[in-house]
Amino acid sequence: MSAEKVRSTSVKSLLYLFLILLSVLCFTPFWLMIVNATRSGNEIMTTFSLAPGASLAQNWEIVSENMNLGRGFLNSLFLAVCNTVLASYFSALTAYGLAYYKFPGAKVIFTALLVFMMVPSQLSMLGFYDLVNKMGLIDTYWPLILPSIASPATVFFLRQYILSVMPKAILEAPRIDGASELAIFHKIVLPIMAPGIATMAIGAFIGSWNSYLIPMLLINTPAKRPLPVMVAELSAVRDITTNLGATYLVVAVSAVPIMIAFCFFSKYIISGISAGSVKE
Amino acid sequence: MAVKEKATVQKVKPAGKGGLERRNRYGILFCLPFVIAFLVFNIYPVFRTFQMSFLSYKGFGKETFVAFDNYVRAVKDPLFRDAFVNTLKMWGVNIVLQLGLALLLTVIFNDIKYRMRGLSIFRALFYLPNLIACTSVAFLFKTLLDWRFGSINQILMAAGIISSPINWLTGEGMTAQLVVGVVGAWMWFGNSFIMLMAGVQGIDKSYFEAATLDGAGRWQTFSQITMPLLRPIMLYVAVTSLIGGLQLFDLPYLLSGTKGEPGRSLYTAVFYIYDMAFNKNQMGYAAALAFVLFLIIAVFCGIAFKLMNQKED
Repeated sequence: MSAEKVRSTSVKSLLYLFLILLSVLCFTPFWLMIVNATRSGNEIMTTFSLAPGASLAQNWEIVSENMNLGRGFLNSLFLAVCNTVLASYFSALTAYGLAYYKFPGAKVIFTALLVFMMVPSQLSMLGFYDLVNKMGLIDTYWPLILPSIASPATVFFLRQYILSVMPKAILEAPRIDGASELAIFHKIVLPIMAPGIATMAIGAFIGSWNSYLIPMLLINTPAKRPLPVMVAELSAVRDITTNLGATYLVVAVSAVPIMIAFCFFSKYIISGISAGSVKE
Repeated sequence: MAVKEKATVQKVKPAGKGGLERRNRYGILFCLPFVIAFLVFNIYPVFRTFQMSFLSYKGFGKETFVAFDNYVRAVKDPLFRDAFVNTLKMWGVNIVLQLGLALLLTVIFNDIKYRMRGLSIFRALFYLPNLIACTSVAFLFKTLLDWRFGSINQILMAAGIISSPINWLTGEGMTAQLVVGVVGAWMWFGNSFIMLMAGVQGIDKSYFEAATLDGAGRWQTFSQITMPLLRPIMLYVAVTSLIGGLQLFDLPYLLSGTKGEPGRSLYTAVFYIYDMAFNKNQMGYAAALAFVLFLIIAVFCGIAFKLMNQKED
């Protein structure tokens, strides 16, 4: 019995060791990113270190001489906030409309959005670009913002969510009191849906913050570019790529805000992913 | 009297015939913004892509109908085939590592005997790489894996594991493809792990208790209970990963410095479509390629769904 216990404890320690090693593996690249952002290009090329250096200000100077990172940050923030608000509000409204009203076409809309969730994005990408081009909206933010009014996956999730948390009887009292349907949505339905909306909103924010391909295709003016596009264009900026400290700093500026947000919202983010895995 | 009775009826059945019709118009109203945006930005672009696939079209100017020419060319195109094979190779490396690791972790955290703690912390740490923009991850690894100045070669050399620096992203053969597969697994295994855990939590705990009571060993419990019950969710993870994986673009595009080098080994199917559409101005041909790729994905998914449904019956 005792030998068995010793064996069990040692296996358990080994398992923890494995988990910790894997965590280190997940975190080290980010740690190196942060550390190297504070070291000079020469230091990075000649030595390896896990402790921060003293060249953060100098790296920042090199970066800000060559690209307007603050502007990129604000661009990304603006786009992410717009997308999150639009996707959350209109998806909630649509989900409520689909779940609690009976009208012809409701089934068609629901089926269409389910089917569309399975259509890979490259099928719409070329047509979308062509449409934006013909509307004369290349190099504007409209095509990066307006499409989030229609977020099929979010509508689907919120429809399932509201059906499971809100009985229809809740709507009867305010209706008898003569509240308008839109007021009922704003004052009663939205608060009830809030946890579900929060889960989807965080996903929408991160998705927008990280999106690369579409903004890269549509935005030409450097000052209008969001962060990921700026990061990807880095290799073209010689003064920065020749200084690795500055390179790491640019990457860090794009990644650290999301890492901080994750510290606060990890619960919601993870419940969002788990929800996505539950079929039907 | 009659008036009063009518009022009572309305109170008891607020969804009376007249009220129902009028109120339900709001349902249409509430869905309208979504429907308009959905038609304009989602449905129309797909139809337009489909239409373009039958055209000779540069992306601007003249459009000429060419029937199935683009499709015939797509099926015969050796470069597209190579790009597709590259995609499959990278996805293969990726899915084996990603799903294997996620499964191993799921087993570890569900072991009745060891009762591992700290799930929420480990889960958060494992998920972290998912959250960072692909561009940042790609650029970070491109810099870390740099042949001369990258930290990874520096670490390996300092630890005495290798004696000369490895050409991770510029070397011969499959090295760069392996790197993409491994970096992809590093990015996404946390996501698969969370999905598998959600799947396990759906399994009735009494199965495991009964198995333990019957004296089933760890391996028996795993192979007889956990695995069969996890199969639907594993297939789901594999299918979503396949849909995503066959559309692999950002990571190889950026790791290869937007060129698909070395030796075109990082050139993927969507990369090729992108190149045709926006660098070579062959919008029509690119659209046909997109639909060919979609058909291939649909066939793969159809097979997987069939397997899934068989299991659920």
